[in-house]
Amino acid sequence: MNLSLMSLEISVVVLGIVVLLADLWMPAERKRMLGYAAAAALGLLFVNTFVGQCSCNSDGTTAGGMFIQDAFSGFFKRFFLLAAALVLVLAVEFSDRIAAGVSEYYSLIIFALAGMLFAASANDFTMLFVSIELITITFYVLTIFTRGKVTSLEAGVKYLILGALSSAFMIYGIALVWGTTGKFNFNELAAVSSQFAENKLFLFGVLFILVGLGFKIAAFPFQMWTPDVYQGAPTPTAAFLAVGSKAAGFVLLLRFLFVAIPSVTAHWDKLLIIVSAITILYGNLCAIPQRNLKRLLGYSSIAHAGYLLLGVAALTGAGQAAVLYYLGGYLFTTLAAFAVIAIAMRHLDSEDIGGLAGLHQRSPLLAATLTIAMVSLAGIPPLAGFFGKFLLLKAVIEQGATNHGYYCLAFTALVGVVISLYYYFGVVRAIYFSKETPDAPPITMSLPAKLVIVICLAGMFYLGLFPSKMLNLASEATFALGLIAR
Amino acid sequence: MISMTTLTLIFALPLLAAIVLAFVPRNLGFVMRAGAVGVTFVTMLLGILMFWQFNGAAVDANGYKFVSTIPWLGAESLGIACKFGVDGLNVGLVLMGAIVAFAAACCSFEIKTREKEFYILLLTMTGGILGAFMSTDLFFFYFFHELALVPTFIMIGVWGRGERKNFATFQITIYLSIGALLALIGLIALYLQLPVDARTFDIPTLTKYFTEHTIAHSAQMLIFPLLLLGFGILVSLWPFHSWAALGYGSAPSATAMLHAGVLKKFGLYGLIRIAIPFCPEVAQSHLQLIAWLALGNVLYVGWVAMKQKNLNLLIGNSSVAHMGMIFLGIASLNLIGVTGAVVIMIAHGFLAALTFGLSGYIYNQTGTLEMSELGGLAKKLRFIGVAFVMAAMAGCGLPGFLNFVGEATVFFGAWQVPALRTVTVLAVWGALIIGAVYMLRAVRAALHGPISDKWVNLSDANLWRKLPYAILIVSLLVFGFFPKLITEKIKPVTEQIVNMATVKPATPASSETVVMVESK
Repeated sequence: MNLSLMSLEISVVVLGIVVLLADLWMPAERKRMLGYAAAAALGLLFVNTFVGQCSCNSDGTTAGGMFIQDAFSGFFKRFFLLAAALVLVLAVEFSDRIAAGVSEYYSLIIFALAGMLFAASANDFTMLFVSIELITITFYVLTIFTRGKVTSLEAGVKYLILGALSSAFMIYGIALVWGTTGKFNFNELAAVSSQFAENKLFLFGVLFILVGLGFKIAAFPFQMWTPDVYQGAPTPTAAFLAVGSKAAGFVLLLRFLFVAIPSVTAHWDKLLIIVSAITILYGNLCAIPQRNLKRLLGYSSIAHAGYLLLGVAALTGAGQAAVLYYLGGYLFTTLAAFAVIAIAMRHLDSEDIGGLAGLHQRSPLLAATLTIAMVSLAGIPPLAGFFGKFLLLKAVIEQGATNHGYYCLAFTALVGVVISLYYYFGVVRAIYFSKETPDAPPITMSLPAKLVIVICLAGMFYLGLFPSKMLNLASEATFALGLIAR
Repeated sequence: MISMTTLTLIFALPLLAAIVLAFVPRNLGFVMRAGAVGVTFVTMLLGILMFWQFNGAAVDANGYKFVSTIPWLGAESLGIACKFGVDGLNVGLVLMGAIVAFAAACCSFEIKTREKEFYILLLTMTGGILGAFMSTDLFFFYFFHELALVPTFIMIGVWGRGERKNFATFQITIYLSIGALLALIGLIALYLQLPVDARTFDIPTLTKYFTEHTIAHSAQMLIFPLLLLGFGILVSLWPFHSWAALGYGSAPSATAMLHAGVLKKFGLYGLIRIAIPFCPEVAQSHLQLIAWLALGNVLYVGWVAMKQKNLNLLIGNSSVAHMGMIFLGIASLNLIGVTGAVVIMIAHGFLAALTFGLSGYIYNQTGTLEMSELGGLAKKLRFIGVAFVMAAMAGCGLPGFLNFVGEATVFFGAWQVPALRTVTVLAVWGALIIGAVYMLRAVRAALHGPISDKWVNLSDANLWRKLPYAILIVSLLVFGFFPKLITEKIKPVTEQIVNMATVKPATPASSETVVMVESK
C-alpha cells in the first residue's frame, strides 16, 4: 500500500488529533490561538499544494484501488483545504457563542475535512460510504454545538434523522449494485455496467445511491433538511455545510456517474434535467418569502445545487468543468456571506434580514462584502457567479442540438435567475436602504477575520474577471475524469 | 499608441473612478460630485477627440479603428478576449454616450442623499455602457451591458420618485433581466455554431466566419427569435414596452438620461451588428414582423403618450414611440434605411437625455410633473422653457435637428421597400402628427398659459446648470446641420452589413432593394 499518496489526508487527521491533544494542556484563554494555528496549518497545506511537494499533485491508486489520486481529486482537495481554513477562522470568531468544547469544534471541522479529502479520492463504494459517513456524522455534532439553542437542537435532530435515512438508502443501493454486479471498485464496475443497463435491480441500486448523494447536495426532492439546518446550526457549521459538504456530494456524484456507471448515465439525461430544473425552481421560489438570512441562504443553496446540476446533466466535459468552476466561485461567495453573518449579526438572537439595517454605517467593509456576495450569487458581472453561470449555460445549450430538453433546462435556469434577483436585492436593500440608525456602534473585526473577508472578495473578483487559470485547472481536472462516451 | 489608450480610457476612467470613490469618506459629498463631473468631462473630451481623429486613424484588417486589447482579461481557452475597437457604426454611439454621461453627471446635483453610492453607481453605469458599445468581443459586449444594467435598477429603487417607485423598480428589473438573459442564450447559441476548435466571441472573426458559412436554417430559427425578443425587450419594442415609461418616469434624471439615451441603444446595436447579419435568412423573413411591431411603437405608444397627464410619463412614452422609427429603419434593411436608423439612435440619445434632464429640473423646482398643476413655467424658467421648446421641436422632427435627418432618411429607405410602403405611410403620419400633438401639448401645458401662484418663487437654471442642456442642444444642432459628420462614417459599415444580410435574396422585395441601392 502506497501511503505516500495519502500523505495529505494523514497529515490532516494528525492535525485534528493534535488539536484535540493540545486542548488538554492549553490554558483556556489561549484556545483562540489554537483555532488560528489550525487554520494557519491548513492554509500552509493549501499553499503547499501549489508550490511544494504534495501528494495531491501525483497520480495513482492505492489501498487496492479504493483510493485514487488524479487531477480531479487534486482540484477538490485544494478546494476543501481552502474552505476548511477559512471556516476555521470563522469558527474562532464564533467561539464566544459556544458554551464548551471549543477545541473539539475545531477538531471536528478538521475531521470533516478529512472525510471530504477521502471523498475526493474515493474510487470504490467502501471509500464512498465511509467518507460520506465521516462527513455526515461529524456534521451531526457540529450542527448541535450551540446546544443551548432550541433551533440548533432541532436542526441537529432533523439532520440526524434525514441523514440516517439517506445513508440507509445509499447502503441499500450499494448492496443491490454489489449483489447484481459483484463489483465494488468504480473502474471494474465501469467495465461491466453496460451489461447491466437493463437490469432492474442494478438500476434500483444506482437510484438509491443517487438518493444518498442527492441528500448531500440538497437536490430536489431530498432538500427538506437544508433550510432548517442552515438556520439552526452555528454559522461556521452552516458555512462549511454549504460549501464543503455540497462539494463533497458533487465530487462523489461526478465520479460515480461518469467513472463508475457511464453507460447508465448516458441514458439518464432526462432524469438529471428534470431534477435540475425542479431544484432550481424550488430553491428560488421558496427563497422569496424568507426573512431569516441563513434560511434564505439555505434555499438559495438548493437553487445553486440545481444550477450545478446543469453542468452534470449536460453529460460533457465542458459541463463538468463548469461545475468545478462554479463551485470555486460558490466557495468564496458563500463563505463571504456567512462570514458577514457570523461577524455582523453576533449581537442578535436570530439572523433576521432586518438586522442588517444600518450595516453600511457600522461597517462599510462588511456591507460591501455582503452586497458583492449577493450580486455574485445572482450571477451578475464582473463577479465569479456570472462567469460560472455563463459556463453552465453554455454547456447546457451546447447539448441542445441532441436533446431539446436542454433548451427547456436553459430557460428554466433563466427563470430561476430572474426570480433570484428579487430576494438577493432584498438583502442589498436591507443593508443600504432601510431607515438610518445613527446610534449603532461600529463593528470591530479581528485581523484574521478581515483577512478571510479580503480573500473572499479577491476570489470573487478574480474568478469573475480573470477566469483563464481556474478554467485550465477545471478542464485538467475533468480531463482526468475522462469523458463519457455518448 | 496614444489612440489605443484613448479608447480604453474612455470606458476605463469612469470605472476606475468608481473604485476610487468607494474609498472616499462618505461625508465628502462635494468630492463625489466634483469627481463624477470631472471624470465624465474628461471622458467626454476623450470621446470628442476620438471622433475627431476617427477619419485619419489607422484601420485594422476588419475595418475597426483604435483597436486595443486588455490582455489579462478574458479566457483564451473559450475564445474570450477583452478587445475594443470602433468603426462607423459605433463611433457615433460612443461619442453620444460620453456626452450624455457628462450631462447626466451635471444633472445629478438634484441627488441629496447617499451621494457616495449614487455617484459610484453612475460611474459604473457610464463605464459599462461605453464598454459595451466599444467591445468587439461578444462576451464583453454582454458583460459590460449587464454591468451597466444593474446600477439602473438600484438607482431607480433607491433614488427614484413617485408613488409607484417600487413597482417600477421590480417591473424594469424583471423585464430587462429576462431580455438580457434571452439575448445571452441567443449569443451563446451563436457562439456554439462554430466548430469546436474555432470557437470565439470575437465579433470580426464571427463576421468573417458567418459570411463564408451560413448558419443552418434550423439554428437560425432558434437564434434570431431569441435575439430579436431579447434585444427587443431591452429596446422596448412594442408590445414589450410597458416597463419603459413608468421606469423612466420613476427614475432619477441621470438614470433616465443614461438608460433611455444610451443604454437602451444596446439592443438596437446588437440587432444591427449581430442578429441581422449573422442570421440573414430568418432575419429577412422577420422584417415584416419587425416593421409592424415598429408601427405599434409609433402609433399605439404615440397614442398612449397623447393621453398622459404626467410630463415624465409623456416623455417616457414618446421615447418608446421614437424606437419605432429605428425599428422601421432596420426593417427596411437597405443602406439608406439602416443608416437612418443609426442616425436616429444617436439623435434620440441626445434628445432623450435632454428631455429627461429638463423634466428633472422642473420636478426639482416644483415637486410635481402633473401637467394640470404646471403651466406658464416659461415665464419663470426662461432658459429651461426655451430648451424644452427646442427639445419638443427636435422630437417632432424639425429640420435643423439631427432627428430630422434620421427620420427623413429612414422614411426614404423604408419607402424603397415596396412591401413596407403601407407601414411607412402610417409611420410617417404617426411620427409627424401624433408626435407633434403630444409634444406641443406638453409645451402648452407646462410652459405656456397663466402661471399658478405656487410657482412664483421658481428660479431659472444658473450658468452651471445650463451647461448640460446647452451641450445636448448644441450636439443636436451641430450634427443636424452637418449630418455628413456622422452619415459618412456610418455608411461603409451599414453597406457591409446590408450586403451580408441580403447576400442571398430570399424574397423578391429585398433583392429589388439591393438593386435600387446600387443604382443610386
